[in-house]
Amino acid sequence: MTSSPDVVEQHTIAVLVANEPGVLARVIGLFSGRGYNISSLTVSEVDGENSLSRITIVTSGTPMVIEQIKAQLDRLVPIYEVHDLTNEGNHLERELALVKIVNSGEERIEALRIADTFRARALDSTLQSFVFELTGDTPKIDAFIGLMLALGRVEVSRTGVAAIARGEKVDMEVTNITPTQRQKRGKRVTK
Amino acid sequence: MSTVLDDSTADNAAAAPATKTMTGAGIILEALQDLGVEIVFGYPGGAVLPIYDELFKRNAIRHILVRHEQAAVHAAEGYARATGKVGCVLVTSGPGATNAVTGLTDALMDSIPLVCLTGQVPTHLIGNDAFQEADTTGITRPATKHNYLVKDVNQLGKVMHEAFYVASHGRPGPVVIDLPKDILMTDGEYTPPTQVNHRSYRPQVDGKKESIAAAMELIANAKRPIFYGGGGLINAGPEASKLLQELVHLTGAPCTLTLMGLGAFPSSDPQFLGMLGMHGTYQANLAMHDCDVMINIGARFDDRVTGLLSAFSPNSKRIHVDIDPSSINKNVTVDIPIIGDAARVLAEMVKVWKAKRYKLDKTALDGWWQQINTWRGRDCLAYKQAGTEILPQHAIRRLFEKTQDHDCYISTEVGQHQMWAAQYYGFDQPNRWLTSGGLGTMGYGLPAAVGAQIAFPDSLVIDIAGEASILMNIQELSTIAQYRLPVKVFVINNQWMGMVRQWQELNHGARYSQSYSEALPDFVKLAESFGAHGLRVSDPSQLDDTIDQMIAIDGPVIVDVCVKRDENCFPMIPSGAAHNDMLLGPEDQASKKTSEQGKALV
Repeated sequence: MTSSPDVVEQHTIAVLVANEPGVLARVIGLFSGRGYNISSLTVSEVDGENSLSRITIVTSGTPMVIEQIKAQLDRLVPIYEVHDLTNEGNHLERELALVKIVNSGEERIEALRIADTFRARALDSTLQSFVFELTGDTPKIDAFIGLMLALGRVEVSRTGVAAIARGEKVDMEVTNITPTQRQKRGKRVTK
Repeated sequence: MSTVLDDSTADNAAAAPATKTMTGAGIILEALQDLGVEIVFGYPGGAVLPIYDELFKRNAIRHILVRHEQAAVHAAEGYARATGKVGCVLVTSGPGATNAVTGLTDALMDSIPLVCLTGQVPTHLIGNDAFQEADTTGITRPATKHNYLVKDVNQLGKVMHEAFYVASHGRPGPVVIDLPKDILMTDGEYTPPTQVNHRSYRPQVDGKKESIAAAMELIANAKRPIFYGGGGLINAGPEASKLLQELVHLTGAPCTLTLMGLGAFPSSDPQFLGMLGMHGTYQANLAMHDCDVMINIGARFDDRVTGLLSAFSPNSKRIHVDIDPSSINKNVTVDIPIIGDAARVLAEMVKVWKAKRYKLDKTALDGWWQQINTWRGRDCLAYKQAGTEILPQHAIRRLFEKTQDHDCYISTEVGQHQMWAAQYYGFDQPNRWLTSGGLGTMGYGLPAAVGAQIAFPDSLVIDIAGEASILMNIQELSTIAQYRLPVKVFVINNQWMGMVRQWQELNHGARYSQSYSEALPDFVKLAESFGAHGLRVSDPSQLDDTIDQMIAIDGPVIVDVCVKRDENCFPMIPSGAAHNDMLLGPEDQASKKTSEQGKALV
């Protein structure tokens, strides 16, 4: 990628970390402490047995700042790997959004029509409302919400960006899902 | 960069060292002994009583009782800097931990390897606002290289070993282990690990051969090269300093050092240009500005060094050797980055230089030295000791001349006296200079001197102090008394917070807001009250005798050196100015005003 030194670029960075207490605070503290920008940050455990989590961060800055962000992330002790998906070639970015719209009459029908065009699914429905589920890249979600806003009262919950490189190369391999942690958590909830 | 590897416990099972069962406190002491820790600096309290009990029962590790937790950390820093070992600190929960934060941040900024054990309320009380509870891992997260909260006693041994590994490997730094009291009292298993095999932290220590080869070729073709060394040379061990000397001598190029790097290259060497930066020498700063190839080894282009970034060394190609990849291109872009340990990279550099039979262009190098010697001719550190008042520069120069044949360790506080010490006290060896560079912590020097004196009981350890800074950790005189440490405190007393006063004079119309050292103690009586000797000198003709007397006294001494009160620290690059825009003395100060943007900088 060619870039000029002063242009602010958006980068999507994938980080593989040890899933230990405080690791997310370390990453977030690094960004706030050093004045870096976070547009989106998602995190979840991806390998229970090896206790690995993957964090996807969408950030922006000049090329020098982006390099700093990666170097600073990489030197955190519980971090295994840092990949700049934007720099490393083609990658996919997806968000999931749950969009509630409250309206009636013609606008209600229009909302449903638009949802259909966007391949959004109605998960919940009353006579005055829908909850749509929609996945797509950030501009698509933005566009959908923009249209819904014209048609009624809207509430939105978005996951933020999850991203992965295209092609057969496996950069951050996961060997086991072993949802031991999750089962434990599940039990506690049912008590 | 790093790869996922198996947990170390699996590897260790093969070697099969005997697993022992003991309490958490026992595991801590056992691990400290296994790690070869001899000294712990600390202060007891409720949450760490089980550890103190174990210390008492085993009597295997020497505990130095300080008088404030901040001082415990600074003492451990002084100990670590002087010995090259990891410093160890033990403090209690809540206020014990929060008091340690300044020291931890200081160690983080100056890359000093420390492990700080903090007490914590029992696990079941965490988050309940219990007595002496603080969110220690939360508070110290940005103040440490890494920290741990141990919630399983069976993990404790592993965490202890890992903490020492993290503190001392890669770019060194402080590591906190937070220890809930119930963990200390519960039985657990301890397996002495054969080696730490950290899951994710594997710093790169060997520089890339191609980069080193390219760097050496760049140096070989340089017309005006300069070596610029920093604290990384000290952290890489005395070998790094020897190799730097070898390389500088092989090339014939000049060498300058940062505040943290002093001692890595002998100050008495003709190729040494003195310290660079805000209060660096004229020749060092101008040589940095005019060089065509800069070789930075273990320094980080700190703002005290670079001055105005846009005017920093405008025509140079730059080589940067650093163990921390995040130091590369952080402030200054470089042409050839080399990630690795300073000693290992230097060894490779020397090897390549010799193998390729490189030689600098003689005519160009002679011209470069001629230019440098013209700058040197300005004699920027000259002062004239005349009249009835002692000049602070003179006091430190005489201290140096009187002590240079002794086995000496020098610590400082922060301010004018620190800069004068850096300028007028010459260091020919690494590990002899203990100062707070990055954080600039007043109150560092006295506890750091304690740490160095504990490590080297027979050496001459001197804290060059200011009368304002020394009061920030003056309670350590009590520690000095308790352990009969023969620490000498050389107070440059000008009755002002000198550096604050200087900046107020320079940038704030000489409105000396709150910078006068009002109500100072009588340092002679203060010394006596702590069982130390007190000396005072204000007559220049008595200075030498007083220093001799100080050295001769077998025990702690405070020397109150009453110096000229309004002396400023020169040369100086004012904030926001370039290397070639220095103030050499009071005359320059009057004619060159600091820019408004410069005034906004620190």
